[in-house]
Amino acid sequence: MTWVNATLQGILLGGLFGLFAAGLSLMFGVMRLVNLAHGDIAVLAAFCASVIVTATGAAPLLTLLAVAPVLALFGYVLQRFLLDRTVGADPLPSLLVTFGLAVIVQNVLLDVFSADTRGLNVGGLATASLSLPGGLRLGWISLLTFAVAVTIIGGLQVFLSSSPQGRVLRATSDDPEVARLVGLDSRHVYATATALAFATVAVAGVFLAARTTFNPTSGSSLLIFAFEAVIIGGLGSLWGTLAGGVILGIAQTVGSQVDPTLGILVGHLVFLTVLAIRPQGLLPQVVTA
Amino acid sequence: MTALLEVDRVSAGYGDVPALIDVSLTLEHGATVAVIGANGAGKSTLLRALTGLLTPTSGTIRLRGTDITHVPTHRRVAAGIAMAPEGRRLFANLTVEDNLRVAARAGRPGPWTLPTVFALFPLVEQRRDRRALHLSGGEQQAVAISRALLANPSVLLLDEVSLGLAPVVVHQLYQALPQVLAAGTAVLLVEQDVRQALDVADHVHCLLEGRTALTGRPADLTREAIAGAYFGL
Repeated sequence: MTWVNATLQGILLGGLFGLFAAGLSLMFGVMRLVNLAHGDIAVLAAFCASVIVTATGAAPLLTLLAVAPVLALFGYVLQRFLLDRTVGADPLPSLLVTFGLAVIVQNVLLDVFSADTRGLNVGGLATASLSLPGGLRLGWISLLTFAVAVTIIGGLQVFLSSSPQGRVLRATSDDPEVARLVGLDSRHVYATATALAFATVAVAGVFLAARTTFNPTSGSSLLIFAFEAVIIGGLGSLWGTLAGGVILGIAQTVGSQVDPTLGILVGHLVFLTVLAIRPQGLLPQVVTA
Repeated sequence: MTALLEVDRVSAGYGDVPALIDVSLTLEHGATVAVIGANGAGKSTLLRALTGLLTPTSGTIRLRGTDITHVPTHRRVAAGIAMAPEGRRLFANLTVEDNLRVAARAGRPGPWTLPTVFALFPLVEQRRDRRALHLSGGEQQAVAISRALLANPSVLLLDEVSLGLAPVVVHQLYQALPQVLAAGTAVLLVEQDVRQALDVADHVHCLLEGRTALTGRPADLTREAIAGAYFGL
């Protein structure tokens, strides 16, 4: 039963990884841009939530109503006026600029909030759990996180495949130059994609903060998990990213069940195995010439 | 009356390499102008400058008398210039219908809508649910022209419609041209197939190594003059 429990906990944790990585996957899928500051944006969202909770006493998860739009706006402006200049055939400029952005965000957070570790107190929700037959207990916060992750990823997928705006995103992703030729402002399209990505990573960051603790430098280890989820799942596919997150989550919790110090290592090993055996990932987006 | 589209001593190039030198041409309302020339003569560069994908190093491009030389590409579509690019370049992962809907949404309102382009190219309607990358070359070209028409342009730019297509398919595509002109769109086309260009155009413009080598009405030009201008003899 302990293995079943570890697997279930892994699936729920994986939902969070998937949600967290969805923004990275979206930005790569649309702009071929790898955002190295992705983890730090999540941490930034967590700090924003923490500030609002302290100032207003609002329930931590409700702060998302403010944090997600604010980060979306930040994403829009950042893409439109800075990252847009780095988009192109050469991946190096965007890597360098987002790496620099990561350093800036980390150090601003360090300066303003000190290096202290903090958390978001969600009250009774943190410890309340659902009892299942066989003595299994699933935390409500974990279940809620997973449900939110699946809803957001599913919503994004429907948005991309069925809405007119989603069609515009896919068209621009296929060929930005031709997108301009049919009358689309590719810079606005890109900025919209980044805004969406930042909104999802804000949600992930706040849920992460509600489940565990964070400090200004937590972003870089988060970034690795996000990369692993995206690569395991297959680049550019959101359901793949969720699947990748779940696989990574299961690997970590089952690994921890074997030995508490092994969790993260087993996660990395599963990632490396996938990379060696199936480098295109499990559900790669149909990519064409 | 001002011309619909005026290219006034435009030069353009890539880096330090000039590809187009001091080229001037005029497109009147309802006209068809063909730009011909060998590989590397500057035909595609001219079209890229007209769409704004490439900014000229000197010279002016005017649409209905308004200087649009520095207007970004997507706003030129709103102003009335649309192009079916060389190599078709459909959005490969989108269905035919999605390719068209994207363009219809971003373009101007006008006579060209999904039903009217389907009437123009019945084949496109039959393929509407297919992914663009699963189409034959001719089908792709028909979709690319439809996509450009859905912007309801005043000026339609066609880049190498015949490239890589069977003559019978090229013939079918060019049969749609009179209906395009009848809807009030002027056409500027770039063709390597000189006979095809002379057939449809009421004015021909021959480029050689980036410069205008010959210009005139097809009826007024001899085969020898065209061959001379085309090959630089």
